[in-house]
Amino acid sequence: MTETSPVAAHDAAPEKQWRRPSYWPFVVPALVVVIAIIIFPWLFTIWMSLNEWKVGVPTTFVGLSNYLRLTGDPRFIEAVGHTLVYTALSVLLPLLLGTLAAVVFHQKFAGRGFLRGVFIMPMMATPVAIGLVWTMMFHPQLGVLNYLLSLVGIPPQLWVFHPATVIPSLVLVETWQWTPLVMLIVLGGLAAIPTEPYESAQIDGASFWQVFRFITLPLIMPFLFIAGMIRMIDAVKSFDIIFAITQGGPGSASETINLYLYSVAFAYYDIGYGSAIAVIFFLLIVALAAVMLYVRQRMLWTETGGDA
Amino acid sequence: MTLRSILGRIGLWFAVLVIVSPAILFFLWMASLSLKFEIDNAAYPPVFIPEHFAWKNYTDVLASNRFLTYFVNSLVVTGCATALSLIVGVPAGYGIARMAAHKSAIVILIARITPGLSYLIPLFLLFQWLGLLGTLVPQIIIHLVVTVPIVIWIMIGYFETTPMELEEAALIDGATRWQVFRHVALPIAKPGIAVAFILAVIFSWNNFVFGIVLAGRETRTLPVAVYNMISFDQLSWGPLAAAALIVTFPVLLLTVFAQRQIVAGLTAGAVKGG
Repeated sequence: MTETSPVAAHDAAPEKQWRRPSYWPFVVPALVVVIAIIIFPWLFTIWMSLNEWKVGVPTTFVGLSNYLRLTGDPRFIEAVGHTLVYTALSVLLPLLLGTLAAVVFHQKFAGRGFLRGVFIMPMMATPVAIGLVWTMMFHPQLGVLNYLLSLVGIPPQLWVFHPATVIPSLVLVETWQWTPLVMLIVLGGLAAIPTEPYESAQIDGASFWQVFRFITLPLIMPFLFIAGMIRMIDAVKSFDIIFAITQGGPGSASETINLYLYSVAFAYYDIGYGSAIAVIFFLLIVALAAVMLYVRQRMLWTETGGDA
Repeated sequence: MTLRSILGRIGLWFAVLVIVSPAILFFLWMASLSLKFEIDNAAYPPVFIPEHFAWKNYTDVLASNRFLTYFVNSLVVTGCATALSLIVGVPAGYGIARMAAHKSAIVILIARITPGLSYLIPLFLLFQWLGLLGTLVPQIIIHLVVTVPIVIWIMIGYFETTPMELEEAALIDGATRWQVFRHVALPIAKPGIAVAFILAVIFSWNNFVFGIVLAGRETRTLPVAVYNMISFDQLSWGPLAAAALIVTFPVLLLTVFAQRQIVAGLTAGAVKGG
């Protein structure tokens, strides 16, 4: 882009060739902030990950050895497993329930706006505060959840206090919290669907399920994909809820990468190793997003390929 | 009304009830916990509405002098972080939208994907080096990591939909870029700014992860203070639940009253902090 002074431009082209002014001055302050708090930390993290860097100890450059250490760290590998299970469940359940909720909220009924506001309260509420209340509800002796189970004849559970049930229990909280976001995105998709296909389906006498399966679902697929992507990114990074309810426990049964990263960096102050975890963690999220994009592309390709 | 449509109505209302009840019941139970004395909270089967309300739980939390400190901390951090992000982010969203610099969105995307903890390590060292730990400044700055991308993202989307004709007319009439922004673009963008403001406030207010690392005893925000109550000071449920409800109540209120803006913001950018 060539920059000419306004005066020169005005002289050269009096009326017709009016030049669009530069908008850079509007962006510069934000650019400074973004460089300071996003780009600089990123570059510095990469640099730290290449060093043996502990608080209070002189740092030494160690190349990729922090990354090599990751491959032989059973606690990290276990954390990756926990993260993947937690993420898979925390994407699928909200997608399923959120779509159902969106189909219902797409109907017209009195008080819809207000009830939608109530429905999205879980995701806007302060995570630590709701985590605290869920902890009380999970309590094996005094918790209300075991009481509710006893009403339908199910024996009491240990919920977050047992290694085998801690991740499903946390996923329950995550699902409760984030189903509304999926609902909102899918609801936006439903609102964008034209009415013609429904009218012709009605004339043809299609059942509710057939309409949903063959008209609604394909049309909201792009929105489901976006919702799934956002859900994946948030579920992988989930921290507040897990930290407030279990701190990764019992033992390390619910320790995800993010919680392990916290321990390494801020409990053991192993900054270099923590930075390496942060970099790998970021790459893992990017990789998961890439896999989802690839699967989506393949699905589109088979759909159009099947038609032709 | 035919029988079929009446049945349909009943079915719909039943479905609505099933869908909203987890949210409603949870917050009612939260309120119930916060209003019960220890005896009622330890009762089995659980008591939903107690005979005697323990308003004391609330007055105790509100009366403790620390609570006021933490409340003010939260107000200062959220207020400053939101104000700064609007000052910086609204013009940036405008500039990016007008330059059609769509590639710049990639930085926002990276910020969106990056786990909050990744920023904490380098910025923690930086704040330590600058000697800022122990003040609220580090928390205000690091909350910008969350609020600035939200504001920029929402404002790009908003300014892209506002008409250009008025702005171009004003420019041809000799207004400066700044005047055009200030007197033409900004007034039209008020609803968008409201959306950005509300979401920035909520995500900053709720933020926890930055506080647990950066906050000292005197600089805790409310979410961190509540978490510390769990681990150290309090073991009885009533006051804990009361504190939790007090912390999240402003957000819940905002959610119900500004749900149109929140829905618009979340579905437009589908952004979330943290």
